[in-house]
Amino acid sequence: MKSICFYFQVHQPFRLRKYRFFDIGKEHYYYDDFENDYIMKRVGDKCYLPMNQLLLDLIEEYGEQFKVSFSISGTALDQFEMYYPEVLESFQRLAATGSVEFLAETYPHALSALKSKKEFTKQVKEQKAKIKKLFGQNPTTFRNTELIYSDEIGAMVADMGFKTMLTEGAKHILGWKSPNYVYTNAINPKLKLLLKNFQLSDDIAFRFSEQSWSEWPLTADKYVDWLNQIAPDEQVINLFMDYETFGEHQWPETGIFDFMRALPAEVFKRSEFSFNTPAEVSKQAQPVAKLHIPYPISWADEERDLTAWLGNELQDEAFDKLYALEDKVKKCADKNIQRDWEYLQTSDHFYYMCTKWFSDGDVHKYFNPYGSPYDAFVNYMNVLSDFELRVKEMLKKTTTKK
Amino acid sequence: MKVLMFGWEFPPHITGGLGTASYGFVKGLLKQGADVTFVVPKAYGDEDTAINIVNASNIAIHITDEHFKEYQKKLHYIEINSRLVPYQTPDEYFRLLTYKDHFVEHIGSTVFSEKFEFSGKYGENILEEVKRYALVAGEIAHQNEFDVIHAHDWLTYEAGIVAKKISGAPLVVHMHATEFDRSGENVNQIVYDIERRGMEQADLVIAVSNLTRDIVINRYGIPPEKVKVIHNAVEPLDKKAYATEEKNVPEKIVTFLGRVTFQKGPDYFVEAANKVLQKDDNVRFVMAGSGDMLNKMIKRVAKLNIANKFHFTGFLKGEEVDRMFALSDVYVMPSVSEPFGISPLEAMRSNVPVIISKQSGVSEILKHALKVDFWDIDAMADYIYGLLHYQGISEMFKKYGKSEVDNLKWENAAKKLLHIYQELLHK
Repeated sequence: MKSICFYFQVHQPFRLRKYRFFDIGKEHYYYDDFENDYIMKRVGDKCYLPMNQLLLDLIEEYGEQFKVSFSISGTALDQFEMYYPEVLESFQRLAATGSVEFLAETYPHALSALKSKKEFTKQVKEQKAKIKKLFGQNPTTFRNTELIYSDEIGAMVADMGFKTMLTEGAKHILGWKSPNYVYTNAINPKLKLLLKNFQLSDDIAFRFSEQSWSEWPLTADKYVDWLNQIAPDEQVINLFMDYETFGEHQWPETGIFDFMRALPAEVFKRSEFSFNTPAEVSKQAQPVAKLHIPYPISWADEERDLTAWLGNELQDEAFDKLYALEDKVKKCADKNIQRDWEYLQTSDHFYYMCTKWFSDGDVHKYFNPYGSPYDAFVNYMNVLSDFELRVKEMLKKTTTKK
Repeated sequence: MKVLMFGWEFPPHITGGLGTASYGFVKGLLKQGADVTFVVPKAYGDEDTAINIVNASNIAIHITDEHFKEYQKKLHYIEINSRLVPYQTPDEYFRLLTYKDHFVEHIGSTVFSEKFEFSGKYGENILEEVKRYALVAGEIAHQNEFDVIHAHDWLTYEAGIVAKKISGAPLVVHMHATEFDRSGENVNQIVYDIERRGMEQADLVIAVSNLTRDIVINRYGIPPEKVKVIHNAVEPLDKKAYATEEKNVPEKIVTFLGRVTFQKGPDYFVEAANKVLQKDDNVRFVMAGSGDMLNKMIKRVAKLNIANKFHFTGFLKGEEVDRMFALSDVYVMPSVSEPFGISPLEAMRSNVPVIISKQSGVSEILKHALKVDFWDIDAMADYIYGLLHYQGISEMFKKYGKSEVDNLKWENAAKKLLHIYQELLHK
């Protein structure tokens, strides 16, 4: 029995408004409501609603045989509630089918795993609670922001009671190993690892509409041929991708929806694969080895490292200054401060400050609301300065009360 | 006394001190009873209505006239061959790079058309506009009567020369900045040549400071007796609108305000800020302005790990500038080379004590300002710290500084100018 394991990432950040020096100390609302609302509606109409419906149809048609999984960030869930409740309801209908697994992640889609165990653990708990509340599931599988993983992060996740974690399976990370098996964490072998098959995932997510690609156009028929080419004893093909692939990155005109609609039938007709969720795969498959990953990896760019978010002067300064506030923030009981503290940790803010424009620049530019990484940095630091003042003010108040 | 003046910018549409100074002189002259016609490449309609502004974009020229035909030939020596952008913001710069070919292609055909829409900016097609402006000047000189011609900065010198040739009236050229101030030693030869030709053809040269006068004499070879100094002044702040501007942050604020370019020494400000922040947490630094060194400064501030205490505002317009001064506790002008520098005067009239570089024209006339060499970041940091912490000195500077600048009136500068005109006419 071989498995196809689909995991779709759903995330939207709270984008910041233009925040000027003159606003510091005076204006404490940081978000661009108009832009966030606009993007949520656009992506909702182009991707979330039609693709959810498509999946619902497939589940109805094939029952138990067709399954997928989602990880939805807390900031995306918050924005569903604020701007597009119909999207949330549509995900709830998917949850009700019993054929969809919801994964856990950090609530604000943060990079906290790299900085603070305490903060990381707190954010994951919040996210779990939200999933339980909205979808009635208790997640047992974890996926970290941007599939960032290292031995230590894996151990931390295992300590929290998760049984399975997802990460990247690119060649230069695995060496001769294949991503089509289940592995375990190097420190705590109880945690099973599922690795993204980047070739077959990116055929859908990135190359699907690329007319210069020798395999264009990609059909369900051709794709099943490729699936059938894996070695006889390989267990699972992990297809991990951004959910916005469907309808937003790849427009409907490219045929992406037709491809997905046709895929299950083709798979059942011509292969021995079934569709399973990460938790099922993890339960069924026997792990083949421990995976040693001493330095953090991610699923981004050619390098699969952290340099899209951290590493240049701007990113490091903003990141360090943000987390320098952690202890102080933890002492504040104020709801708004806690909310802003999380929203400011969203990885996208650091992504906007990325200065490596070349090989992966196109993808970066597409997602960036700022004219330059410098603009992004200046705006973020202004916001952070105001936030810091509020935290200090709040602490002064609480200490004088005592 | 009838004066025909050529300028490049006029409030409220200004990029720097040139427009402010032009306005000050015009207003001063009017108070002295002179009659001034001020020509700008592009008028926006919201300028001071008390002043007779001529919009060069509205002047049609008749290129069949003999003197234009002759001038047309002479003008051909100015050719576009470099990215000549004296006052640019990064946005403009990139835009210009894209449009370069377009301009090169169209030059010549548009310059000599009947009407021409000037941008009045400092873009890549600036030489095209300079040429065209000179043609319009000829037309204006032809139609009007006046006693003296006055041209502000190199952009208008060609216009001044044409007007002089047509009318025979004496020409005064006004050096608000030299090419050496703008570009260091990498001068643009075309600009330098226009500046020198303007000064040679002029009957008199006015420099905004002794510093500038020395450059004019030593680097351009202009005879000393032909060069007079008139220092700039500052408008008294009549509206109290921002006197009560509430401070937005608890810390003290130290401000740099100006173009973020080599000439203004923004890098020395950043380094001095870093030194102060090592000792004193209760202060924020603000760099207000835009320019080709801005990204470099942002990167440096991040590298120094002071970005939560060092802020960038981008370019500030009229009202925002007053607001910025109202929030400031110390103003620093670390210019590497500053022919004059009006902004410290604006800070002082808002009761902000100032630290200025010795390499600025304004330091020749100010007593109640702290003066440092632009490169001496230790002294700069010392002074900033001192003004922030020692009440006595900052109070003193506020008190005497305010009265000092209030006595620097454009009227007085205009009086000197009028005197120079009269001498010229009696020669």
